[in-house]
Amino acid sequence: MVTAPRAMILRAAGINCDRETAAACGKAGFKTEIVHVNRLAERPDALHEAHFFIVPGGFSYGDDLGSGRVLANELRVKLLEPIRRFVRDGKLVLGICNGFQVLVKSGFLPDPFADYPPPVTLTHNDSGRFEDRWVRLKVVSAKCPLWRAGDVIECAVTHGEGKFVAKGGEVVDALAAGGQVVLKYVDASGAEAGFPWNPNGSTANVAGICDPSGRVMGLMPHPEKYQDPTNHPRWTREGLREPDGMKPFVAAYEYCARL
Amino acid sequence: MLWRVDVLPPSGPTRIYLIDGDLTRERIERVARSLLADPVTETAAIMPADQPPPIPAGRLVVTVFKRPGVMDPVEESAVKALADLGEKVRAVRTGLRYLDPSEKVGNEAVDEIVEGERKFSRIALGTPTEFRLVHISDLDPAGRELSLNDKEIAAIRSHFEKLGRAPTDVELETIAQTWSEHCKHKTFNAQIDFNGEKIDNLLKSTIMRATRELAKPWCVSVFKDNAGIIEFDDRHNLCFKVETHNHPSAIEPYGGANTGIGGVIRDIMGCGLGAWPIADTDVFCVGPPDMREEDVPPGAIHPRRVLTGVVEGVRDYGNRMGIPTVNGAVCFDERTVGNPLVFCGTVGILPKDKSFKSVHPGDAIVVVGGRTGRDGIHGATFSSAELHDKSDELSGGAVQIGNAIMEKRMLDTIMQARDRGLYRAITDCGAGGLSSAVGEMGEECGAEVDLENVPLKYEGLTYAEIWISEAQERMVLAVPPERLDELRTVFRAEDVEATVIGRFTDTKRLVLRYRGVEVGNLDMEFLHHGVPAYARAAVWAQPKETNPPIKDKPDFAEDLKKLLAAPNICSKEWIIRQYDHEVQGGSVVKPLVGVASDGPGDAAVIRPLLSSTRGVAIGCGMAPRYGDIDPYAMAACAIDEAVRNVVSVGGDPARTAILDNFSWGNPDDPEVLGALVRAAQACYDVAKAFGTPFISGKDSLNNEFRAGDRVIRIPHTLLISALSIVKDVHRCVTMDLKEAGDYVWLVGVTKQELGASEYARLIGLQGGVVPKVEPEMAIRVHHGVARCIAKRLARSCHDVSDGGLGVALAEMAFAGGYGLNVILRETAPVRAVTGEAALLFSESPSRYLIECRERDMYAVEKELGEGVPKAIIGQVTRSGRLEIIGRGAGRILNVPIDELKAAWQGTMRW
Repeated sequence: MVTAPRAMILRAAGINCDRETAAACGKAGFKTEIVHVNRLAERPDALHEAHFFIVPGGFSYGDDLGSGRVLANELRVKLLEPIRRFVRDGKLVLGICNGFQVLVKSGFLPDPFADYPPPVTLTHNDSGRFEDRWVRLKVVSAKCPLWRAGDVIECAVTHGEGKFVAKGGEVVDALAAGGQVVLKYVDASGAEAGFPWNPNGSTANVAGICDPSGRVMGLMPHPEKYQDPTNHPRWTREGLREPDGMKPFVAAYEYCARL
Repeated sequence: MLWRVDVLPPSGPTRIYLIDGDLTRERIERVARSLLADPVTETAAIMPADQPPPIPAGRLVVTVFKRPGVMDPVEESAVKALADLGEKVRAVRTGLRYLDPSEKVGNEAVDEIVEGERKFSRIALGTPTEFRLVHISDLDPAGRELSLNDKEIAAIRSHFEKLGRAPTDVELETIAQTWSEHCKHKTFNAQIDFNGEKIDNLLKSTIMRATRELAKPWCVSVFKDNAGIIEFDDRHNLCFKVETHNHPSAIEPYGGANTGIGGVIRDIMGCGLGAWPIADTDVFCVGPPDMREEDVPPGAIHPRRVLTGVVEGVRDYGNRMGIPTVNGAVCFDERTVGNPLVFCGTVGILPKDKSFKSVHPGDAIVVVGGRTGRDGIHGATFSSAELHDKSDELSGGAVQIGNAIMEKRMLDTIMQARDRGLYRAITDCGAGGLSSAVGEMGEECGAEVDLENVPLKYEGLTYAEIWISEAQERMVLAVPPERLDELRTVFRAEDVEATVIGRFTDTKRLVLRYRGVEVGNLDMEFLHHGVPAYARAAVWAQPKETNPPIKDKPDFAEDLKKLLAAPNICSKEWIIRQYDHEVQGGSVVKPLVGVASDGPGDAAVIRPLLSSTRGVAIGCGMAPRYGDIDPYAMAACAIDEAVRNVVSVGGDPARTAILDNFSWGNPDDPEVLGALVRAAQACYDVAKAFGTPFISGKDSLNNEFRAGDRVIRIPHTLLISALSIVKDVHRCVTMDLKEAGDYVWLVGVTKQELGASEYARLIGLQGGVVPKVEPEMAIRVHHGVARCIAKRLARSCHDVSDGGLGVALAEMAFAGGYGLNVILRETAPVRAVTGEAALLFSESPSRYLIECRERDMYAVEKELGEGVPKAIIGQVTRSGRLEIIGRGAGRILNVPIDELKAAWQGTMRW
């Protein structure tokens, strides 16, 4: 039983969602620390003092060479084994937006222990540009402890390279069969649909996946951008209600508190 | 060895990487596979750079590389990533290879565009040059080249004659930059003869005077620092600055807007002891988007390419910095075709005890951030000169591309250094580079700089180029010597350079050295106060207003749809969605609102502190068309609109500060200057009456485009930006109708004011009465509406602006997904309105529409109060139609809201 679960939020050149991600973790109960990648590379052991490791959104290194690519390379070169050990220890890793791109491109998703490079990637939106819009996500797997299967969650997407694609259709089928496809874009009725419900053209409407253990999770949408009732785009019409975006942070806290 | 890696994505141009390093083919292949090409979607081809791939038979290949020295952020990231892989390389360059491009690619101002392939044997930049001290013996040609006028050249000549020597090149450059219109605002500070009346200083006697006389205790710092500062809460202040970047954007829209937003963000980072940016704004004025290619004057870029370029420029900088871009506007006018207007703003937050700076003699001068190259030499003088059809060839060096991630790294480290109290003053390197930054910081005391210490991107810069370079993403700090070590540690920890280049002194002189030799020694007093006083002539003859009759029609559905589709009114969703409005997590009222999140919000509200419910509303107003008839009315309406916008979402009109940004033509023309005087007078009158102080402002003059012997002068344009405190964001409202059965009030009086309106443009009406603000009534209206919102009586609120009542009603209806029955008959508050068209489309200011529940009808009436003209004019329905009964008791409009929305959304689905 961990009395004060700790969240570590990674920062690097161009990461820009670290503050609100830390705020969401803090609201969920975590003792929260934002750490620059240079500090973590100097002392990788610091990672093991945390229970929840988040690579937040932004444009790490400007997304030069492709979204998340340079930070992914850096994590793989400098922090591969420490992060693998963190996962083996039963702790949680979350990549949001650019963080998801980083986790995929460094090979931590869909399986941190599999061969590199992975057979999936995140590429340019079908629209060809960055878009900011709110979407609905359906939790379609019970594998990852951050989410409750069957929930439909509203939150924002803000990205230009969020289209989930795989080398061959069987890869996504296999991920889905293994419960690793966790979040799908759905329409107002909860059914899978095309643009704009699926904002980027992702294969099979995939919005987020986890690793085979369920403890490494990545998603393109930003739950941390819906941490207050007034963040919702229609709160002036529909009233103030509990923000959906807090759910994964609260669930992570409850999970980590049991470690 | 110079390698070339071609990466082929599934669509779009091939990316070319040139890598200069001692790598074997095996290692370069590993790099290409693991770093440069996506293993799932892309393939890579590797070859020596002097043997490019053959051109496919019968195909057109266009290869685009940035011109040497133009910022390409990818190069630095690539070198870093290669280093992480253990590969040390000397340099990287990137380019794009297009196959049969369907439209023009690249821009000669910043790109080298080659039809066919390019071979490379060397990519490293710069060669060492020999140091040679240059004295300027003939001031006339040199001074004019730097945009100095005869009077200024004479003042410089006499100053140096007294000293018994000729100025050096770097001294002359420093003076020209410091005295430029861009930095000194000589016109606004000039003595003006206005129709025989003497105005000593236009800025001080109008805009600043309103602020001084209002003397609001919540104004913390106005017209002093890099941005205006007002109080936010007990512990924090807000700051706001809006800048223009017109001339660079005319030549390179992407780079111009990109560095425009980057520059104004640095203004905020350099405000007080450094503020954290919380929101960006952008306003563009461009030519008509549907202009025929052959009508675009030579030397100008097509308006559509200008607009897409400036939007992408703001998007790529703001989104990368993690600053939400939440408010803006676009205005289309034929006269901005060669000289588009680009306004970029940033709001910041800073602790109260970090709001002031000071420089002490002995403090080290430290430059932080990016390195200095030959970028943007002569930007300050360039931005003060008029554009012509050869501008793109002559001034390419003045155009730049930004590196947002460098700026973000600088922001992250500056905030740490600020909170640890490691420096005493900070300012940004804007126009004029180190010259202006160090020159301003050392104005009161003195400074000496050793120019060889400035970190350079490449060798070969002269000492003068180092001093005046406008390379982006640099800031200057004044650091007490005992804090230097700690400061260096903070920056080094995150790979940001911080370099001591000199120190502040008590000599009241600016001393420049290069490799130990004195290359400049200027008297600060002369530098900052030696510019000759200006006397200018301004005239204004108020044109006599006409009131041409407007034909009424039995049905206005088609006119309303056409208005909704007009470029100035139609949906700008394609722009807005490309900006991140969510980042930082404090979004309360987004730019797009309503049932489908696609209605036109009046202003944005954000919550800068996630632990607080206090918010800030950000809005803007402008009405350049009105200026064609009356610049006074134009300025008054711009202020009124900016205030309406923030009030509409829940801003407090008693805690609203405003900013002025003038974009004007050539003030040497007395009529142009006369129009400026009239606009400035309106700024005083209205701001004073409204109780909304100006806290910061900027002017951009000489906005003219010369095509051959034709001069195209922009419309007189004043952008007013408003910043308003929202005490509790839970009281905010949006403009979309909320529920069937609710009543809709029209607040404010409608007059026969269709001069220069959108409707006038639609029906080709010449002349007419231009909308005019009546300050006494306007105040009552703004405050009355604000009270209704604060007491939760208004369920929605929308200001009535371009396109008048008809457009505002339609927008509220389709944004909310509800129908609306409107009866204008005898109830609507009007004055001297003749005809249905006038009532529907007049653009009288100080009007709002508010929706309330039936049970709150009397409470709204009471809250608005006696002196506020108002009437219930409609009821929300489930019919899905907008129905209007006119004053003649006949139905003048009955149209499905879906049709109205489709018209509004159809114009710019880009």
